[in-house]
Amino acid sequence: MTQTPLLKVNDVSKFYGSRIGCRNVSFELWPGEVLAIVGESGSGKTTLLSCLSTRLMPSSGIVEYHMRDGQYRDLARMGEAERRFLMRTDWGFVHQNPADGLRMTVSAGANVGERLMAVGDRHYGNIRATAADWLRRVEIEEDRIDDQPRAFSGGMRQRLQIARNLVTSPRLVFMDEPTGGLDVSVQARLLDLVRGLVHDLGLSAIIVTHDLAVARLLSHRMMVMKDGLVIEQGLTDRVLDDPREPYTQLLVSSILQV
Amino acid sequence: MATPLVVSEVAKSFTMHLRDGIRLPVVNGVSFSVKKGECVVLGGPSGVGKSSILKMLYGNYGVDAGQILIEHQGHLVDLAKAAPRAVLEVRRDTLGYVSQFLRVVPRVSALDVVAEPLVARGVDQAVARERASELLAKLNLPRELWQLPPATFSGGEQQRVNIARGFITDHAILLLDEPTASLDATNRRVVVEMIAAKKAEGIALLGIFHDEEVRDAVADRILDVSAFSPRKAAA
Repeated sequence: MTQTPLLKVNDVSKFYGSRIGCRNVSFELWPGEVLAIVGESGSGKTTLLSCLSTRLMPSSGIVEYHMRDGQYRDLARMGEAERRFLMRTDWGFVHQNPADGLRMTVSAGANVGERLMAVGDRHYGNIRATAADWLRRVEIEEDRIDDQPRAFSGGMRQRLQIARNLVTSPRLVFMDEPTGGLDVSVQARLLDLVRGLVHDLGLSAIIVTHDLAVARLLSHRMMVMKDGLVIEQGLTDRVLDDPREPYTQLLVSSILQV
Repeated sequence: MATPLVVSEVAKSFTMHLRDGIRLPVVNGVSFSVKKGECVVLGGPSGVGKSSILKMLYGNYGVDAGQILIEHQGHLVDLAKAAPRAVLEVRRDTLGYVSQFLRVVPRVSALDVVAEPLVARGVDQAVARERASELLAKLNLPRELWQLPPATFSGGEQQRVNIARGFITDHAILLLDEPTASLDATNRRVVVEMIAAKKAEGIALLGIFHDEEVRDAVADRILDVSAFSPRKAAA
């Protein structure tokens, strides 16, 4: 195996004053790997996601990313412009609320096309064709390309947000509760879609969720957080079938059976 | 060539934190091996730890002690200590598992559920679907079900999808957790034939079969799991 990790996280902590956001988190993410971060509200999972994706600066610790040129770069030492470029091209960020990740008052096509322009695409016809192709891939009717996301349902907005993020062929996608707030049938469709896209594109992803079924379906590996600490991690099947920590056992035993 | 699967001194217990931390020993000193082309059947009464052993071998359960050595692409991997990505790689290329119940994914058709392990190994989707169709036909799953997600299938239909999914690859080791439990006599015979074909190909099989007829037909050797049961030792 000659592969190297895509992301190296070393002892990352974030404090809000004296309060702990997350503490001493270390892990590596490999190409093609999907990592789920689970835990209840306030456990620090979103703080950790923000620290990894440079939306927040960690109080201490290092996050390194394997750039396309083969070099590892310390994200905290990157310039703002460089970091923004990375976020717009090589990374994606899918927000729980699509309105946070979309521009609600421009057309669906433009929402997708904007990211293409960020990577230097200038040909209007190509951009529109690629946008149309991506709408199809996320199962949005092509005749909705000129509509604004304001006119879309919640599930469609979320799918549009995913198209917008994936159009530049990112290598790493962060997702914060991507199925939160959706009906179960809409959720199932989105999960299936994400699962297929992650596999077809060979993406790496870090998914924050409190839904263990989502973690089971999408992730290879799982980290369980409580009070800002990672209390248990491992192969998703192993953590869910043979949980070791009291809190993980509580989480797993609290799943409702249908 | 090395023995594909060697299990040595494996021990497993559960600690139930929600019940005042009581410790439930499951198995102790599990040692055995499975050779190429051999089908070893785990025997013993219910609750003695047969399924737990399969789950440890597949990585769904962690182990407290011991080694699980798998020959994977010419080198040995100890699954008891392997990192998650190493376990996933071994599952993709070397170690197959037919679980008792199918874990269904919403919206994915039975045909694609079966084809998936091949697609994951880089086989072209059309070729994988073709191979999946052959297996589903062999297992007598009605053709009109192939394009439907298996969530609403009967127990026997789901189990046949699961068997097809497990048998579609040429994995060198195959774990079978009661693959014939909810099948009728005709389909049980099909599965017995499929197992015989795997043995002829040199695949190492380890399984649990409660059906005596099937067990007698496929087993080269029966391994009594009671010997590894700590409860037995204490009694």
